[in-house]
Amino acid sequence: MDLATFLVQCLNAVQYGLLLFLLASGLTLIFGIMGVINLAHGSFYMLGAYMAFALSPLFGNNFLWMLLAGMVLAAVFGYLLEWVFFSYLYQREHLQQVLMTYGLILVFEELRAMLVGNDVHGVPVPDWLAGSFSLGGIMQYPWYRLFASGACIVLALALYAVVNRTRLGMMVRAGASDRDMVRGLGIDIRRLYRTVFAAGVALAALAGMIAAPMASVYPNMGASVLIICFVVVVIGGIGSITGALVASLLVGFVDTFGKVFFAEVAGIGIYVLMAIVLVWRPEGLMGRRA
Amino acid sequence: MNTTTLAMPTTTPPSSPRSANGLWLPLAVAVALGIAGPLLGGYGADLLVKVMVLSIFALSLQLLVGMTGLVSLGHAAYYGIGAYITVLGSGDGGGNLFWLLGLSMGGAALYALAVGALSLRTRGVYFIMVTLAFAQMAYFVFHDTPVGGGSDGIYLYVRPAAGALDMENRTVLFYVVLAALVFTYGLLAVVRRSRFGAALAGIRVNEQRMRAAGFPTYGYKLAAFVLAGALAGLAGFLVAARDGVVNPEMLSWHISGEVLLMVILGGIGHLRGAVLGAVAFTLLKELLGTHALIGPLADHWQLTLGLAIIGFVALLPKGLIGLAQRRATP
Repeated sequence: MDLATFLVQCLNAVQYGLLLFLLASGLTLIFGIMGVINLAHGSFYMLGAYMAFALSPLFGNNFLWMLLAGMVLAAVFGYLLEWVFFSYLYQREHLQQVLMTYGLILVFEELRAMLVGNDVHGVPVPDWLAGSFSLGGIMQYPWYRLFASGACIVLALALYAVVNRTRLGMMVRAGASDRDMVRGLGIDIRRLYRTVFAAGVALAALAGMIAAPMASVYPNMGASVLIICFVVVVIGGIGSITGALVASLLVGFVDTFGKVFFAEVAGIGIYVLMAIVLVWRPEGLMGRRA
Repeated sequence: MNTTTLAMPTTTPPSSPRSANGLWLPLAVAVALGIAGPLLGGYGADLLVKVMVLSIFALSLQLLVGMTGLVSLGHAAYYGIGAYITVLGSGDGGGNLFWLLGLSMGGAALYALAVGALSLRTRGVYFIMVTLAFAQMAYFVFHDTPVGGGSDGIYLYVRPAAGALDMENRTVLFYVVLAALVFTYGLLAVVRRSRFGAALAGIRVNEQRMRAAGFPTYGYKLAAFVLAGALAGLAGFLVAARDGVVNPEMLSWHISGEVLLMVILGGIGHLRGAVLGAVAFTLLKELLGTHALIGPLADHWQLTLGLAIIGFVALLPKGLIGLAQRRATP
C-alpha cells in the first residue's frame, strides 16, 4: 500500500467514524440521561436520508439550508415523538422499551414503504461540492467526502461547546451522572428529556442527510447502522460523549482497514474489536465502573 | 432498573414450583395434540408444526428472560446456527437424525458459550446491545461469506432420518417436533424445580445477594445461557427439517425481536406463557397478513403488527398470562 492510498483510506476511516459519532452521540445521550434504550434510533437516520431525497429537488444547490431545514424538521418530529411515545417508557423496564421501540421500527419501515416505495434512490451531490481533488498526484478524493468530515467536525465541536459551556449542557451532564439528584434540584426533567431526545433525533437525521449523497437511500438502511452504533456505544461507554467519539473513530478505522486487508471477513472486524474491549474493560473505554 | 417488580410473584401463581397440578394441563394438551395432530390436514398441520417449533424457541428464551432475568436480543443466532448446521451437515445424501440433532444443538451451544462468556461480563442494557451485536456478527458470517450460500441461503435436499424415523414423512415430522416440544417443556420444568433453577430465580431477583450467599453467579448464568442456546439450536434443527431451506434472515434481529415478543406476549416467567405467546404471535401474524380476513390492509402487515406491539406493551405489560391471573384474582 503506497502513501497516497493509505491517506485516502485514512480520510475514509475518519469520515465514516465521524458520521457514526453523530448517530452514536445521540444514542448514548438518550440512554445516559433518559435511561431509554432506543432501537428506533436507526430509523431517524433513515428518516434523514429520505428527507435529503425529498428535499434536495426543492433546495437545489442550497445544500446547507437543506441540512438546516431537515434538522429543524427532525427536531420537531423528535419532540412530538418523545411526547407521544417515549414519555411513557421511562418508568418501564428495558424489556418493554426494547419491544416498543421495535414496534416503532416496523411502523416507520412500513410508512416509508407506503410513502416512497421500496426502490433504491440516489441523492445528487450539490454542484459546488462535486468533483474531486488530487492526492499525491495519483489518487483522487471527492470534495463531498471532505465536506462531510468537516461538517461532522463542526457539529462535534458545537456539541462539545453546548455540553461543556452552557447551562443546558450542565443540566445534561448532571442528568447523565445522577438523574434523581437533578430532579431533586428542581430542574424540569421532562423538558430536559424532550430537548435531549429532539437533539438526538436531529443529529441522527443530519447524519442520514449527509450520508445520502455518498451512499444511496434504501429500505432498512437504519437497521444495520443502528447495530454498529450499539457497538460504538458499548466500546465507548454509555453516557460518555468523549467515549462515543473515540469509539466511533476506532470503529471507522477498523472497518475501513479491515475491508482493505481482510476483505473476506471485514464484516466481523468491529465485533472482534468489541469482544476485545469487553474482555479488557467491560464498562467501555470511557465508562464509569459499575 | 427495577427488574425485581417483574420477578416478585404478587399472588401465588399457578406455576409455583410446588403446585402438583402445574404439569397436568400441558400434558393434557400434548396428548390431545398427539391424537388430533395427524387428523388435521395440510394447512392446519403445517401451522401446528410451525407453532410448536416456535414454542420451543420461545421456551429456550424464557429460560433466560423469565427464569434468569437476562434479556437477550440476539437469540436468533443460535436458532439460525442450529438450522445451518443441520443443512450443512446433511450434504447431498441426507444425514442421520440423531447425529444432526446433536451436532446442531452442540454447535449452537458452543457459540452461546463464547458469546455468553463475553456478554455476561456486562449487565442490563449493555447486555441487550452486546447480545444483539454478536448475533449480527453471526448473521454477517452467513450473509457475506460463501460458507452457507451467501444471502440466498441453501437448500436441504434430503431431510434427516434414522431408520423408520424419516422426517420426509410429514407424520413423522409432526411427532418428532411434538416430542421435542414435550422434551423441552419437561426439561425446563425440571430445571425450574431443581436447585439450579432456584439459584437462577435468586439471581433474577437479587444477584448481589446470591453472590453474597456464596453462589458463583457468573457460572450459573453462563450455564443457563448455554442451555438456552442449545435449545434454540434444537428449534433451528426442527425448522430446517420442516422448511428444507435456510437463509441468513433466520439470524436477523427481526427474528430475535419476534421471539422476545412471544415471551412477553405470553407472560414472562411462565413456561406456558412462552407457548401461549408463540401461538398468539403466529396467529396474529397470520391474521394481519391474510387478505381474506382484513382486506387490503394485509399488504401493510408490518404497520399493523408494529402498532399491535406498541398497544400491547402499553396496555398489557404482564402478558396474556397476567390477563388470565387478573381475571382469576379479583
